[in-house]
Amino acid sequence: MAEMIPIKDRMKRDQVQMPQQGHKERVCNFNEVPTGYTKEMAIYEAQRCLQCTPPKCVEGCPAEVHISEFIQKIVEEDFAGAYLEILKTNNLPAVCGRVCPQETQCGETCILNKKGKPVAIGRLERFVSDWARENDVHEKIPEIEKKGKTVAVVGAGPAGLVCAADLQKMGYDVTVFEAFHASGGVLVYGIPEFRLPKEIVRYEAGEIEKLGVKFETGFVVGLTKSVPGLAKEFDAVFIAIGAGAPNFMNIPGENLNDVYSANEFLTRSNLMKAYRFPEYDTPIKVGKKVATIGAGNVSMDSARTALRLGAEESHIVYRRSRKEAPARIEEVSHAEEEGVIMDFLTLPIKVLGDEKGNVNGMECIKMKLGEPDESGRRRPVPIEGTDFIMECDMVIDAIGTLANPIVPRSAAELGVETNKWGYFVFDEETMQTTREGIFCGGDIARGAATVILAVGDGKKAARGIDKYLSSGGSLKESF
Amino acid sequence: MYKIVNKEKWHDIVYSMWIDAPCVAKEAQPGQFTILMIDEKAERIPLTIADYDREKGLIHIVFQVVGKSTAQLAQMNEGDELFTFIGPLGMPSEIENYGTVVTVGGGTGIACVHPITRALKEAGNKTIAIIGAKNKELIPMEEEMRKASTELLITTDDGSYVRKGFVTEVLKEILDKDKSVKKIWTIGPAIMMKIVCDVTKPYNVETIVSLNAVMVDGTGMCGSCRVTVGGETKYTCVDGPEFNGHLVDWTEFLNRLVRYGKLEKLALETYKERERIEGRG
Repeated sequence: MAEMIPIKDRMKRDQVQMPQQGHKERVCNFNEVPTGYTKEMAIYEAQRCLQCTPPKCVEGCPAEVHISEFIQKIVEEDFAGAYLEILKTNNLPAVCGRVCPQETQCGETCILNKKGKPVAIGRLERFVSDWARENDVHEKIPEIEKKGKTVAVVGAGPAGLVCAADLQKMGYDVTVFEAFHASGGVLVYGIPEFRLPKEIVRYEAGEIEKLGVKFETGFVVGLTKSVPGLAKEFDAVFIAIGAGAPNFMNIPGENLNDVYSANEFLTRSNLMKAYRFPEYDTPIKVGKKVATIGAGNVSMDSARTALRLGAEESHIVYRRSRKEAPARIEEVSHAEEEGVIMDFLTLPIKVLGDEKGNVNGMECIKMKLGEPDESGRRRPVPIEGTDFIMECDMVIDAIGTLANPIVPRSAAELGVETNKWGYFVFDEETMQTTREGIFCGGDIARGAATVILAVGDGKKAARGIDKYLSSGGSLKESF
Repeated sequence: MYKIVNKEKWHDIVYSMWIDAPCVAKEAQPGQFTILMIDEKAERIPLTIADYDREKGLIHIVFQVVGKSTAQLAQMNEGDELFTFIGPLGMPSEIENYGTVVTVGGGTGIACVHPITRALKEAGNKTIAIIGAKNKELIPMEEEMRKASTELLITTDDGSYVRKGFVTEVLKEILDKDKSVKKIWTIGPAIMMKIVCDVTKPYNVETIVSLNAVMVDGTGMCGSCRVTVGGETKYTCVDGPEFNGHLVDWTEFLNRLVRYGKLEKLALETYKERERIEGRG
């Protein structure tokens, strides 16, 4: 066991930085950028934890991870124990350790954040789960009495996977239906390899399968089988299909050949592995000058992917300023280090192309910030007479997503209601929709949000479903 | 996995396969399509459902070798398995009793227009089918089409069978003499469908086309297959694949259809080279 150090010494320590690939090297490959803590680094960082009672950090964790307990086990050099501690509440630790915005979650509520130096909880979570994977540590399948009830989970993204794991561990028989040929949802089609290696997603989904969860991939609920059809076969249904439809600016020229939605661009590159074309069959355009519209995390992912594919210039075009950019600061700085050019206060108004439909420029106008709008952010206003043509041969729309209609349309037959944006109406506590026995979570409930909020929904829904089923509810018997 | 239970070579470059996919077959309807992947490294290719057998749980696909994926698919044999096979995708054809209808199929599109023709006839329509291809060998399913339609007309570009000429010429003659035609369906190469629409527009008869847009997921998630119809952007995979052809922006559609042309050529060349080295080509 590593040494317990006095509290005042813990406070003196700075956060241990995670080693990462140099920016010049990493834009030439798709390997993960941060390379992870060593054992020594993890212990040193874990020793910074004050082990508060009650711990504040957990309040900020939608996955309810036993943070101080697992960190204490790292100090004790019991990495397997630390891993199993995390798995008690979260079956996607290697994923969450990488993609959670800790600065607005556990890192924000960590008591050391008062001095701006929270414990690097995500990095520790990542270390522990990577260590467990490399050392073949597995969760024991709980010996629990089977409840004899079945649950269908629609969508194998973060919400679906976590909900399935929790329910299976409670004793239910869970089947996950996934439209794609691989599990993971946004974790496999959206988030690039250099932020989240697909092997890790495959591994964690595989561990959930080992708990006894069944997976049906290539199954499009709403088409391969209707929601009513599914409802008649299961005691409860959890719908977590993601937002799943692209959003465009609705400006002229957006259907030109080289205009992609971020969903298309990233799905080709990530899920279909177009970055390894022609070894993999799916093609992707390699632009010389690529303009990505929007400044969220997905925009940064797109702009950075374009660079790695071989773009000479990769721009972020955003109508507001750096301060309003919705992306994590860390993502923006990673992108900038790699050479992504930020064109803030710039609004695209028209995509230009040649007679073959190929993009050869984008007409934009400069913006300034006016009065705050209803979101509290200062409203961008065009500056008259500042129109200009930005040279580019490829455009990626990364301005958010919309609700995919296939499942909601089918669910509507059972009286499952959606709001005006097409997202499900649900009860915040149980995640139940307007139809008893049908639950929802993740982006199709809240609109585009984060992986960790989807994980939180999955957990909440698992409890909601358990409550419904243990009080005698059964969807299939309601027909 | 989805087993190929039957494979037939209909011509040098045209193949027919029946795939074991009970879940897809159970729900399939005329006009819908599937997406398949040959193996883990494959691309997702959309193919219109040529037929289905609900009892046996089979889906019929007919394809022409045009690129790497179809070349590789043609190399597969009975008993082999496809990595993924999803569907049925898209909206079914709007089958009802219109009175007199015409279906026009070109090349492998004939196989796809077959279940629609059959369903229209079963719904009580007088169903005139016109099918055509470059030559006699490239005309599939003649007997099935004869059974599925009230009247069958055939053309070949080179005159090697029945009438020399294009399907559009026959179609025009029908529209000239039979004013009762209420609706037309056409499936075939994009350029053929466009020309059919050009021909039917002056007669103001609604003409349904089945667009073979470039897709990735096929479930409305990526927008790759977007097409402008009547000034609005539509997704071929969820709003289509059938649209009123008179409202389609064909210039945009044809441009978008070949946007990976160069890369597709490269993929095919790489594949042929590998096959040659490995002694299969």
